[in-house]
Amino acid sequence: MKAARKILSMAAAVVVLSFVTFLAFAILPGDAAQARLGTDATPEQVEALREEMGLNDNVLVRYGRWVKGVLHGDLGTSIRFRCPVSDLFKQMLPNTLLLAGVAFAIILVLSFPLGMLYARYPGSVGDRFGVFVNQTFMAIPGFFLGIVVSVVLGIGLKLFIPGAFVSYDEGLGACLAYLFFPALSIALPKVAMTVRFLRSALLTEKQKDYVRTARSKGIGEWEIIGKHLMPNALAASVTFLGVIVSEIVAGSIVIEQVFGVNGLGRLLVSSVANRDYDVVQALVLYIGIVVIVLNGVIESLVQKGGETE
Amino acid sequence: MKKLILMALLVTVSAAALSGCKGGTKKGGNGSVTVGITQDLDSLDPHKAVAAGTKEVLYNIFEGLVKPDENGNLVPAVAENYLISEDGTAYTFKLRKGVKFHNGKTVTAEDVIYSLKRCAGMLETSDPEVRVVAALSIISDITAEQKDGADYVTIHLKEANTELIGYLTCSIIPKDYTDQKTKPVGTGPFRFVSYTPMKSFVMEKNKDYYGTKAHFDKVTFSISESTDAAFLKLQAGEIDVFPYLTVDQAEQLKDQYNIEVGEMSLVQGLFLNNKVKPFDDIKVRQAMNYAIDKDEILQMLNGGKGAKIGSGVYASFKSYFNENCTNTYNYDPEKAKQLLKEAGYENGFTFTCSVPSNYSYHVQTAEILVSQLKKVGITMNIQLIEWASWISDVYQGHQFESTIIGLDSQLAPSDILKYYIGGTAKNFINYESSKFDSLYKEAMATTDEAKKKELYAQAQQCLADDAASVFLQSPSLMVAVKKGLAGYKFYPVYVQDMAALKKAER
Repeated sequence: MKAARKILSMAAAVVVLSFVTFLAFAILPGDAAQARLGTDATPEQVEALREEMGLNDNVLVRYGRWVKGVLHGDLGTSIRFRCPVSDLFKQMLPNTLLLAGVAFAIILVLSFPLGMLYARYPGSVGDRFGVFVNQTFMAIPGFFLGIVVSVVLGIGLKLFIPGAFVSYDEGLGACLAYLFFPALSIALPKVAMTVRFLRSALLTEKQKDYVRTARSKGIGEWEIIGKHLMPNALAASVTFLGVIVSEIVAGSIVIEQVFGVNGLGRLLVSSVANRDYDVVQALVLYIGIVVIVLNGVIESLVQKGGETE
Repeated sequence: MKKLILMALLVTVSAAALSGCKGGTKKGGNGSVTVGITQDLDSLDPHKAVAAGTKEVLYNIFEGLVKPDENGNLVPAVAENYLISEDGTAYTFKLRKGVKFHNGKTVTAEDVIYSLKRCAGMLETSDPEVRVVAALSIISDITAEQKDGADYVTIHLKEANTELIGYLTCSIIPKDYTDQKTKPVGTGPFRFVSYTPMKSFVMEKNKDYYGTKAHFDKVTFSISESTDAAFLKLQAGEIDVFPYLTVDQAEQLKDQYNIEVGEMSLVQGLFLNNKVKPFDDIKVRQAMNYAIDKDEILQMLNGGKGAKIGSGVYASFKSYFNENCTNTYNYDPEKAKQLLKEAGYENGFTFTCSVPSNYSYHVQTAEILVSQLKKVGITMNIQLIEWASWISDVYQGHQFESTIIGLDSQLAPSDILKYYIGGTAKNFINYESSKFDSLYKEAMATTDEAKKKELYAQAQQCLADDAASVFLQSPSLMVAVKKGLAGYKFYPVYVQDMAALKKAER
């Protein structure tokens, strides 16, 4: 019953989101038919194309038509690339997912050991320095970090060629190798956030009585952190990591531009500029669903955790 | 278990990072070359392509009856030669023998007629996406005939026009071929291989080409998001040719690349809406012209290269460019203030300049103009707008105060000057001059080349005298060409001629 209500409210959120995007596009100045035909077209030609593209119907009719299509599994057609939106998705979604996956892996691999290290020696010089480095990384915007990574690791150290992106279907290995660098640019600020979060979660946990008991039993500090504090801190991290995943999705939009990754983020930005309605609509739907579902899942996980305790 | 997953991830990531080191050396230049472009293609169908960035790529795949060469002349392509009837109402083309499409079929008179009719919007079932060339609407009929074993195609016009040849670069495509937008087929020196949206356009040498064959077997146009992104690729050596450098970028590339400098075939201007206050006053427009220092603009944007202009024709269109107009208003802030005073704007005024945000060059120009105009008391506010809005609001709607844009054209003087004919939709600056209109009309109609030139020169002077807008410059075009390559050619139209590119002789 509760689950049903939850799913219903999530679905409602998706519907509202898609409608708002639709409306926003209807209000935006600039016309897809005009953009397509350029400066030389006569008003009659533009009108003919508008008619063919179905832009002359009112917003509600268009929205209805779009919803009907989506329910039948048809995401529409890209005005710019003259192909079904689903083809573009097929081509670009895997790249974006891989990017997000690698970024998330980097976050996990780096932040957990670091968080534990800081919590092991709180107040030490290393810890204080770590906090400083953390603050710095959290303050750097993703696109700037992306440029720094390109210049330093790419052009300076020649670890990769900026812009020479290989799509997943042209070679998964080479694709992952390239994606490591954009993923690093997305991950570093998030690593900083996660480390800070973990550090404070672990330190809070460390104050608790059972830690003293454990110590008195002669269990080593590392073992206490790894075996006893970590599981508890992890429970708290779930929500936090959920937020991080949504931020990866958002962050990849910018980073894909910087690194020339052929993914959905790059597609989104260029489609807005070209008034490629169906593509934008589908992308917003995708991002919306990811975020809403993710939040829903985390919420129910947290609630479940609360119930069993 | 968790540890295992973590380990596995760590291994994949580091393995990936390691193999990344090797990825860089795959390019050997074995008959292949990569060109950087910053605009994605808007269509692969040459009759649907609108963007200049698309046309310059498709030039390699498609040809018209004639095509432009680097001097701005139109040279025969699919046609072997042509004849314009004395009264200027009929163009007869003798088709070149044995020209083949990339699909192996021979070009016939039917294909030519089909292509021309498609461009002119004369087909019975029209595709609304085809960009109909308005100038071709004066065609009344196109006929074919055979004589002495050769095919001839004749274009009949409703009225005399000797400039139509500039529009007959319209691509010849196979009749009723329906896959043009996914697998384009033309007659050019290269044939299409593949296109990946936002990534690349690949083409290979057309071994059956009738003319001089291309030197490289394969050419890839690599699409970047922006000049900055492309610049990173250049620094990494991933791109061999890149046409749109800024002065600063060119400076940094000198070790690996030769920098070739040409001029863009553009009329860049601060265009003023002649119907809006205070630009409805000629004195204000003239004051603007005196207040702007074009030399400084050239210096700051192009490192001193590029060409100043003073009217509506770009400098590289040499046969029609009226150089005298350039000196109509020389930089003179005092005179500008004087004129402003006479017009009743002693304390200056404030206006808005709508600049399309996707053209960083125009945005930079705007920033320089702001500081120059400030000196005579005029405040210019820059309003960045999206390209789609620019087309609908500024160009189509004529709803703006001023804008900065570069106007390009076909190789016909009537085309680049069409923007100023009174009362037409294309006249987005709402310029009105009966003198200009009659000069233009007379120039269009005359068949005598010398007289035509003279009339167009007068028309340009008319625009300058009326200070229709502030005509700034034809910007310089800086192209990075990797050392070891030669043969890059500049054209007075948008073209990246890859057939001419070759390895440098040592």
